[in-house]
Amino acid sequence: MAEARKPRSASGSLMTHVDLTRLPFVRSMLVARGPQLAVQLAAVAGLLLVIASGLLGTPVGSRNPATVLVWIAWWAALMIVAVPFFGRLWCGVCPLPLPGEWLQRGALLRPRGRGRGLGLPWPRRLRGLWVQNAAFVIVALFSLPVLTQPRLTALLLAGLVLVAIAVSLVFERRSFCRYLCPVGGFIGLYAQAAPLEVRVRDPRVCADHTTKTCYTGSADGYGCPWQVFPATLTSNVSCGVCLECLRTCPLDNVAIRLRPMGADLRPSAPVRIDEAFKSLVLIGSALVYAIVLLGPSSALRAAAAAVGSPSWLVYAAGFLLVTVVLVPGLFLAATSLGRSAARRRLSANEGLRRFAPALVPLGLAAWAAFSLGFVLTNVSYILPVLSDPIGLGWDLLGTTSMPWTPVGGTLASWALVAIVLAGLAWSSRHIRAVAENLTGGVRMAMPVWGFSFLVTAGLLWVFVA
Amino acid sequence: MTRFNRLLPYVALTALAVVVVALVGLPSSSARSGGVARNVRVEASAYAFTPATIEVDPGDRVTIELASTDVVHGLHIEGYDVNLTADPGQPATVSFVADRPGTYRIRCSVPCGPLHPFMSGRLRVGPPSTFWRAMALALIAIAAGGMALWRKPASPGARLAPS
Repeated sequence: MAEARKPRSASGSLMTHVDLTRLPFVRSMLVARGPQLAVQLAAVAGLLLVIASGLLGTPVGSRNPATVLVWIAWWAALMIVAVPFFGRLWCGVCPLPLPGEWLQRGALLRPRGRGRGLGLPWPRRLRGLWVQNAAFVIVALFSLPVLTQPRLTALLLAGLVLVAIAVSLVFERRSFCRYLCPVGGFIGLYAQAAPLEVRVRDPRVCADHTTKTCYTGSADGYGCPWQVFPATLTSNVSCGVCLECLRTCPLDNVAIRLRPMGADLRPSAPVRIDEAFKSLVLIGSALVYAIVLLGPSSALRAAAAAVGSPSWLVYAAGFLLVTVVLVPGLFLAATSLGRSAARRRLSANEGLRRFAPALVPLGLAAWAAFSLGFVLTNVSYILPVLSDPIGLGWDLLGTTSMPWTPVGGTLASWALVAIVLAGLAWSSRHIRAVAENLTGGVRMAMPVWGFSFLVTAGLLWVFVA
Repeated sequence: MTRFNRLLPYVALTALAVVVVALVGLPSSSARSGGVARNVRVEASAYAFTPATIEVDPGDRVTIELASTDVVHGLHIEGYDVNLTADPGQPATVSFVADRPGTYRIRCSVPCGPLHPFMSGRLRVGPPSTFWRAMALALIAIAAGGMALWRKPASPGARLAPS
């Protein structure tokens, strides 16, 4: 029987956590390496198919598995289901770092010998999310050609695998995932909203445990690949749900729990400035993507696709201006206005770090809605592609000639609106909680609500105007 | 606090949302009257429809002539059962009655190149009521999240001293 407990959250409300690892079957499935490896191998096979078909298959994006399976099927599943409900679970089976990790470990399963690679620590100066933020923005600048051209999708994925291998052979553990992966930072931020967490049951047990096998590793498993000491975990941002700590803890003190959504978003805890910045860059990116990809301007799309041309340079400058300067600047202005209105002594830096996590629900909703809009329109490309994976005229499933059929109609628009508004309501609640925690009340919250309203208005304009 | 008092904000907000969705964006008296014939020529080329937005009034009989100037393009209007395909130099025509107010996305229904999934336009029947309804609901969402759903902590954590 799963153990349920009712601790109090930082906001004082009662929360219920359900310890899934108290269920013997679930625990045995998670501790055993076989099931995870099976999913990982399937993911690697999928990755190889995508890279091969991207390089060798048809250049028509809507007919090639590289673009259809990655940017329609996988991306939608990630943003609409995996991240909101399972957090970083995808990172535990993601195929991109696996070749590098297997080489580094010299093993597919449990520890065996010393492994390969230099095992250097990741440079102190490059820790944090800044490099990941930069990697995300750089990939985002080229996203339209990558989204639409199978060859570029394949090259991007192959390039990420090669970088991950190189990093794994030079640096320790999963430095690539923790500090470089452009998608990893994205997933980590929004995993805070998910109702799933890996945490220790009792930190005092860890404090008394001298060998700290969850971090150093043991014969049963590897020390935390994500370079996190599980006893200090307070959010999902840096935990890759790789399950190693579950295997290496000899005291049965690590749990995987269901929890209320957004339990990581504590109004009394400021985040690091790089994490705050990530939150703002991502919400700005969601807005720009929605405007460029779903908006009415074909000229904007043409500019985004024409990499290297003068119009693309203008687009790139605009993208950077909005995501790196305008959105963070507006948010900073909103939090500053709130501080002034409430007459509270608080630095601009702390205001930013306190309120930025409140945008996580709205940002997640923006990405989920954007992704849903895209997948509903293009979902009918998936079956034809699966039926003829490399464009050789096959009809494996009898669906090769299936016509394009958008799903949802006008209801789809309202579904997007509902998702964005749910995110807005959730963010508004958290904004109020932060403002109250800073004793600023509604006055302090109002400008930040105004900022959230502006972002929402932009999204709604794209979705239904 | 009684159970009724606790539920009151939710009931009030729900009622407000229903009223807003029902009323906001209803055609005003100054709106053009529908029921006339409208002929629109839409050019499709290089992943763009021109004009990108077609505006008509509810009840209008709309005839769209789709003319492709580069490769084969399609025109599909979500929410209306409208589909047509045009080869280059061979315009195609379709007629329908715009009997449902709102904004509907127009998409190219024939793969026409890399940017095909993003080739879109809009059919706007009447004023953009859906957008204004959604905006009104956004204000309600802020009120709901910031007021109704927020609860004062039972045991507040560390707080900053007021200046």
